[in-house]
Amino acid sequence: MSRSFAFLPVAAFVVLALVMWRGLYLDSKELPSMLIDKPMPAFDLTTVDGNSVTKDSLPSEPFLLNVWGSYCLPCLVEHPTFMRLSESGEIPIVGVNYRDQKALALNWLEENGNPYVFSILDEPGRFGIDLGVYGAPETYLVDSEGVIRYRHVSVLDETVWREVFEPAIAELRAEEAE
Amino acid sequence: MSRHLTSKAGLGRFRLFSFLCLAFLILAVSQPGISIAQVDTFEFETQEQQKRFRALSDELRCPMCQNTSLSGSTGGVAEDLRREVHRMIMEGMSDEQIEQFMYERYGDFIFYKPRLKPETILLWFGPLLFFLSGAIVLVGIWRKAKRMDAEPVVVTGESKSRLDALIAEHGRSKAAAENPNE
Repeated sequence: MSRSFAFLPVAAFVVLALVMWRGLYLDSKELPSMLIDKPMPAFDLTTVDGNSVTKDSLPSEPFLLNVWGSYCLPCLVEHPTFMRLSESGEIPIVGVNYRDQKALALNWLEENGNPYVFSILDEPGRFGIDLGVYGAPETYLVDSEGVIRYRHVSVLDETVWREVFEPAIAELRAEEAE
Repeated sequence: MSRHLTSKAGLGRFRLFSFLCLAFLILAVSQPGISIAQVDTFEFETQEQQKRFRALSDELRCPMCQNTSLSGSTGGVAEDLRREVHRMIMEGMSDEQIEQFMYERYGDFIFYKPRLKPETILLWFGPLLFFLSGAIVLVGIWRKAKRMDAEPVVVTGESKSRLDALIAEHGRSKAAAENPNE
């Protein structure tokens, strides 16, 4: 039998080791969203303040859609970033109050500040299913046509904002200006 | 081991040990089937609907907790998805339609058995690939060994004289061992 055949197991080991090495650094939580480049699902709901909202109520410029809840601790971590963004008027932020209770949601906004243009009330989590949400917090970047362009799972802090969202928004605005 | 077994305490310890081994084996073997089903108060009109609900919530994966099925998960989104599965069954949707609903929102990840398509080919046939390459190597080694056995071994020159010396040495020591009195 040829000599090179003896190296086959070594080669197989190296290939397998490389694949597994890469696997160690893959983030299994980062699942691709099915809704990228698809229009936001239609809805006919109310805000936490009790106003009725549909898809037509959404901003007609690029905006962030942030899934939050008063029970969600990581939401408090990313909250200052959203407060800063809404105060500077950098980009409108629409909230989805996911699997929460209206009274608790209102209380949370009062206590921590309200960075949202409005927050869609999704007590039963049904709108969340249409969005493919697994849990708060999640943040979507939506373009002026209402098409979902990007999804970020978990906390959107200043680092994520700077490294991911700022460039993505700049690119989207440039594309829309053409 | 046998000395331990003669004492009473040793026997008790051994029994406990073997019981733990058995428990471990049962757990290991039945692992995929274990699912502590969440108790929901869903009502069904027929046994068939209930059966389909059970099957679907065992086949669909909880998107949040990743390694539990919908039926085994306490996660919020799993609870919502179980409710949706129930609603769709009661509305008369087929299993395919319900799976399509889930796929459109959560992708391949939602299925424990992902659909067969280019992105999932490695997932489906990877194990077969490993098995085949292992089998090829094994057959190669086996055939080589067989060929080596079939070839007569020819010893010449210096090796032959060393071999003869060793055989003679072995014969002498054997004779000495059989007749120790000489």
